[in-house]
Amino acid sequence: MPFKIIASQCTSCSACEPECPNVAIREKGGTFVIDPKKCTECLGHFDEPQCVAVCPVDNTCVIDTSLPRYQAPA
Amino acid sequence: MDVSAQHDASGNGGNVGEIMQAIAEHKGCGTTGGSGKASCGSQAGQGDLPTEIWEKVKNHPCYSEEAHHHYARMHVAVAPACNIQCNYCNRKYDCANESRPGVVSEKLTPEQAAKKVLAVASTIPQMTVLGIAGPGDPLANPEKTFKTFELIYNTAPDIKLCLSTNGLMLPDHVDTIAKYNVDHVTITINMIDPEIGAKIYPWIFYKHKRYTGYEAAKILTDRQLQGLEMLTERGILCKVNSVMIPGINDQHLVEVNKAVKSRGAFLHNIMPLISAPEHGTVFGLNGQRGPSAQELKALQDSCEGEMNMMRHCRQCRADAVGLLGEDRSAEFTTEKIMAMEVKYDADTRKAYQEKVEEERIAKVAAKQEELAELAGNSSDIKVLAAVATKGSGLINEHFGHAKEFQVYELSTAGAKFVGHRRVDLYCQGGYGEEDSLETIIRAINDCHAVFVAKIGGCPKGDLIKAGIEPVDQYAHEFIEKSAIAWFKAYLDKVNSGEVEHVERGDAAIRQGALISAA
Ligand code: SF4
Ligand code: SF4
Ligand code: SF4
Repeated sequence: MPFKIIASQCTSCSACEPECPNVAIREKGGTFVIDPKKCTECLGHFDEPQCVAVCPVDNTCVIDTSLPRYQAPA
Repeated sequence: MDVSAQHDASGNGGNVGEIMQAIAEHKGCGTTGGSGKASCGSQAGQGDLPTEIWEKVKNHPCYSEEAHHHYARMHVAVAPACNIQCNYCNRKYDCANESRPGVVSEKLTPEQAAKKVLAVASTIPQMTVLGIAGPGDPLANPEKTFKTFELIYNTAPDIKLCLSTNGLMLPDHVDTIAKYNVDHVTITINMIDPEIGAKIYPWIFYKHKRYTGYEAAKILTDRQLQGLEMLTERGILCKVNSVMIPGINDQHLVEVNKAVKSRGAFLHNIMPLISAPEHGTVFGLNGQRGPSAQELKALQDSCEGEMNMMRHCRQCRADAVGLLGEDRSAEFTTEKIMAMEVKYDADTRKAYQEKVEEERIAKVAAKQEELAELAGNSSDIKVLAAVATKGSGLINEHFGHAKEFQVYELSTAGAKFVGHRRVDLYCQGGYGEEDSLETIIRAINDCHAVFVAKIGGCPKGDLIKAGIEPVDQYAHEFIEKSAIAWFKAYLDKVNSGEVEHVERGDAAIRQGALISAA
């Protein structure tokens, strides 16, 4: 259940990048992106997802519900 | 670094008073320091100041208004991340309050930043200070910040390094700060009471956790004060910045002033909250107002008995380059710098700076002469006067070209610098469409006179109508000397009944960070 960054809201402040325990975050085309294959929601590392906790813009690091597992079965 | 000199200053109340007094005398004659009385020594040199502190502050434009006329500072934006949220800050835009540009300002890598610093220092020999202040918190980006310091420390050791921080991570980095010989650290401390802090800071990110409310503010204030103590123990000069937020921390800042003074901060800079709805900050959106010029001055005055106040801070943008109110950052864009061949010439810089020292001594001598004349007079009258200047301590700017006016308080104790008023039209804090003359009058409405190098007939008439006397007879002369001479004549006229002394009203503070109108 990885997180994603809503690009239109990201200020590119880079605060999240060094906080990710899985090095899942990097800069891409001016904003920051999360690699869904690497993101573990911080489980086993920290109580809170670090990117969410440090991001200055609320609701910018969010669960990526567009992934297949969140789609209602057809 | 002589730790004992600074340690004395922080450990012993009486000493702080004397030191503050000595620093105050460099800033402007008649400043009342810790000893509580006005004093006008012949302060062209070190005075009573411990050599260590004097050496550090004398050429620093941010610590001495007087030095602000002769030396320049620059900031580089290498630190984008932040670890706290302030209600006066919207990180999408340049923060007007804390000299922090937002995403619209260019971000530099440490290597680019170091090259920029050398390029500017080679072009502008007055550039003596490099600061890192943001856009986020330098200590939330420790690698980038310290890499930049390391590069400059190794290539241009004569450039003084300074750092502005919210203090949250300060205790962890004190050793590194000492290692690169950073000699000034500015900590923004807006409260020492977490109840008040909770109204200013919605949250902090600390040790992998987001804290909110009282708990967040408690951690923040504890860390800030601990960091301040650790720095002063090591002999690193600390300045404290506070943003004055009417109705939230305005009264409380007197307590903050005492707390930071007792922990060895050598200067306290109270800045007005800059808040406009279009800045999109929490305070801007909920209608929190900033203080008026008189409210700010009253608070600064009430703290001044306690310690030296810094009144000339222009809340420059974090990537500002230049002298006084000027911003030459457009000459040094990343593109231009990367294309430049930079040769760092320490000798030319030194020669230039020696010339500046001579000028400064001449200026102080001129002031002393005029003061001696004033010595016979005694009067309770105090008036404010605005001055248009481009630097070097001279009245050398045309009225119409001035982006800001320096404000001096004139009394029989002399001329004391008390602040500056911006009149540039950069930020549309509601004044955008107005006639610029009206804006200027509003900004200096509490002044009796305005000293200029030149002024047109039309604005002259309007100023007189508004009750502000335009004075151009001292064009290109020293500010303090001229202001004292004018004041002496003013007192004579009042005494002879030729003019009646009336108090002036309040003035407005311009909204927005200082940049040149592009
Ligand atoms: S939730 Fe944790 S693991 Fe996933 S991107 Fe954010 S910081 Fe990295
Ligand atoms: S912390 Fe938030 S705003 Fe900053 S780079 Fe990461 S996602 Fe973007
Ligand atoms: S923001 Fe204040 S302290 Fe920084 S350079 Fe400008 S005047 Fe100096």
